[in-house]
Amino acid sequence: MTAAHLLVEGVFGFFATVLVVSALGVVVARNPVHAALFLILSFFNAAVLWVLLGAEFLGIVLVLVYVGAVMVLLLFVVMMLDIDLAVIRRGFVRHAPLAATVALLLAFEIGYVFWARHLGLVSLAPPLRPGALPNTRALGLRLYRDDLYPFEIAGFLLLVGVVAAIVLTLVHREGVRRQDPATQVRVDPARRIRLVDPFPKGTTGKNGEES
Amino acid sequence: MPLFDDLAVSAVVFAIALAGMFVNRKNLVVLLMCIELMLLAVNTSFVAWSAWWGGLSGQVAVFFVLTVAAAEAAIGLALLVVVFRNKRSVDVDTIDTLKG
Repeated sequence: MTAAHLLVEGVFGFFATVLVVSALGVVVARNPVHAALFLILSFFNAAVLWVLLGAEFLGIVLVLVYVGAVMVLLLFVVMMLDIDLAVIRRGFVRHAPLAATVALLLAFEIGYVFWARHLGLVSLAPPLRPGALPNTRALGLRLYRDDLYPFEIAGFLLLVGVVAAIVLTLVHREGVRRQDPATQVRVDPARRIRLVDPFPKGTTGKNGEES
Repeated sequence: MPLFDDLAVSAVVFAIALAGMFVNRKNLVVLLMCIELMLLAVNTSFVAWSAWWGGLSGQVAVFFVLTVAAAEAAIGLALLVVVFRNKRSVDVDTIDTLKG
């Protein structure tokens, strides 16, 4: 086992441990803001694990898009809401044994499937590093060439998400004077402006000239 | 690191998130966060398999899962704001208007 290999193992162990601990923090944190901060920590650690696995682009996207946009949005919303902590914490202890049982059972089942020797996971060859292409370039070629239609559908889905979020949170207040473009376009100029002659026939202006 | 390590981390995080949905049953905010955590665990599993297998399909799947998760987070938070505006609480038990 080379030194570089040991270093990778050590980095993996450290970040995986922090990931699991911060995931626990999300679950047990008393304050939702703390839970959101723990969630950000676990996203960072997961990004490091992904980079270790060779998925550099997705690791960067996770930090930039997920932590930078989605989690900041979540933090904003959580901080804006005035949440009554006493009410929402009720039932925490009562449900804890059931939750622990289900979680342990699930982890054991998933672990058993992965661990099962007859699947041959333990004896699988070490990871292949795909070709000479850098990860971002390879992923870009794949997304923009092979998976172009799913990519565009994903973009459309984001548009639908934007529209849905705006429509859901839009508040119509009474008594607000706002512009109505349709009315503005339909205006008849003749009803809005009347041209009058300042010097009707027979009168004289200030300087005496006849109109 | 062996594939099993990554899959084990992913399984443990998924199980923790599931337990979080049980114990924070009343808190809509933390429920949303647990969903995000579950998606993260599944994505980690996808990336691990992709790295091990040497193909990019897993990473493409993660890309789309991230996209859908972002849309889900936006709509979920909007729903959360609407619920809070109407009920003055994020307690799931107060959302029972359809109960009859």
